Amino acid sequence: MSASDPASRVWPAEGLTRVPYWAYQDEDIYRREQERIFRGATWNFLGLEAELPQPGDFKTTFVGEMPVVVARDETGELRAFENRCAHRGALICIKDRGNAQRFTCVYHNWTYDLKGNLTSVAFRRGIQGKGGMPADANPESGAPRKLRVATCCGLMFATLSEATPSLEEYLGPEIAARVRRVMKEPVRILGGYSQIFRNNWKLYLDNVKDTYHASLLHSFFATFRLNRLSQKGGVLVGGDGGSHVSFTMMRTDTGSDEYERAGMRSAAGGYRLEAPELLESVDEIGDGISLQILGVFPGFVLQQIMNSLAVRQVLPKGVGETELVWTCFGYASDDETMTERRLKQANLVGPAGYISMEDGAATAFVQRGVRGAAERAAIVEMGGRGIGSDESRVSENSVRGLWQAYRRHMGL
Amino acid sequence: MDVELQLAVENLLARYVHALDEARLEEWPEFFVEGGRYRITTAENFERGLPLSILYADSRAMLRDRVRALRHANIYEAQRYRHTVSSTLVERHGASTVRAVSHFQAVRIMHTGESMLFATGRYLDVIRLNGSGGKPQFEEKVVICDSRRFDTLLAIPL
Repeated sequence: MSASDPASRVWPAEGLTRVPYWAYQDEDIYRREQERIFRGATWNFLGLEAELPQPGDFKTTFVGEMPVVVARDETGELRAFENRCAHRGALICIKDRGNAQRFTCVYHNWTYDLKGNLTSVAFRRGIQGKGGMPADANPESGAPRKLRVATCCGLMFATLSEATPSLEEYLGPEIAARVRRVMKEPVRILGGYSQIFRNNWKLYLDNVKDTYHASLLHSFFATFRLNRLSQKGGVLVGGDGGSHVSFTMMRTDTGSDEYERAGMRSAAGGYRLEAPELLESVDEIGDGISLQILGVFPGFVLQQIMNSLAVRQVLPKGVGETELVWTCFGYASDDETMTERRLKQANLVGPAGYISMEDGAATAFVQRGVRGAAERAAIVEMGGRGIGSDESRVSENSVRGLWQAYRRHMGL
Repeated sequence: MDVELQLAVENLLARYVHALDEARLEEWPEFFVEGGRYRITTAENFERGLPLSILYADSRAMLRDRVRALRHANIYEAQRYRHTVSSTLVERHGASTVRAVSHFQAVRIMHTGESMLFATGRYLDVIRLNGSGGKPQFEEKVVICDSRRFDTLLAIPL
């Protein structure tokens, strides 16, 4: 057994309050994650139903590293299957999206229906009695695997495992209610882009669930009193710890001076926006929550930052690289003013986002920082040692929840 | 071809990328008229008619806010770009404005020495010929990046 054999990796005795640095850089662990997590008993985010409104609409995406086709079949049902030809394993579909009646692998013209069934093998019986497959050949035996698809308020998820509980059960009632809160009506897609993180996928998830960092790293937030930890909010940890919601209430900053007294960089600012219309938002959901970040293990984030709504799909691209696929949206009922507001507030998020650009850098700083320290571990003790929900966001409860779910799936 | 017009536009583009690449960010908003629009998007969004930008400003005030945030709020490692602008096509658009389309490449050089081809794409510009001080200024600059992917973060404008 080599030192890097996953079976030889032992989680630190402190348990949930430690994250060993090998978890971010061990190739064997990464391979095991693909099998046990992404191809295991988890629900993987595929995109918005609004991307595939018509029968025949399809997109290609990934479940972990596994390429998949997502299509709406003739009956309107959503289907997902491995994007791998039964014959030689080539991609069946090489387009990002489109509308089709069938998919034909370009390599040897093997053809599939919208459900992923192999429907024809070119020259199966040969030409003029010569060539072709033996009569007892069973090319269907190599057919692409089909995934179970489930939706929640227009969000599409898929799983390869029969053991995955229903999506509703997987999310749990508290998280599902918070999904419904944002996905309250039909959406209109405003556009998207991808951000490449030079770090392990779990560092991004860690970052999303880490409510402690938000107002410390992202000083744009704090300077404009958007999300100082003294504002009213909280964290809910759901499911088996893998899902969470953090939220902030509007205009509840108590004006306390903890930041100033601690000499925090994030309170030092004092400059004003010349064009404050960027931050002019409306309480469109009507509950006073100005910011809600919701994460579902292993790779989904739903964002409401004022009127900026987005879904983010976390795709691992090797042990040290992650693609974050952003799709920003509004509601189909939005008027022009609302759309313009959302487009302006999109300045807050994404690779150039006033309050999100640092995430891409900070998580990569960890990846670079731990390179010589696989056997050391991160300390995760803010808010105690448990994973319960918390009124305070000076807490790492949801980070510990993530690692509890992770360890269960991985058997670590 | 109107050679003087061509040269005036190319000179504006050259001064623009020199200012960015030499980190004279405070000068960046001055390349725009007061109500100038600037946005960065992807070819994919642009071709699908999707309005989302990666960065969007519809006034010089918003551009100045961006510079202030880059100087005082946002955290990013020391880096700079080296822009190359080429293949500029200019056409008249009204009495005092022109439209210009150019190709650009931006290499990003990190303080560590790592260089990468950070972005390639097109500039779609609407230029007012006699802006403030009699110099041409952008009424609109749409930066259309060829790729939908951005490495780590986009701090300095393109």
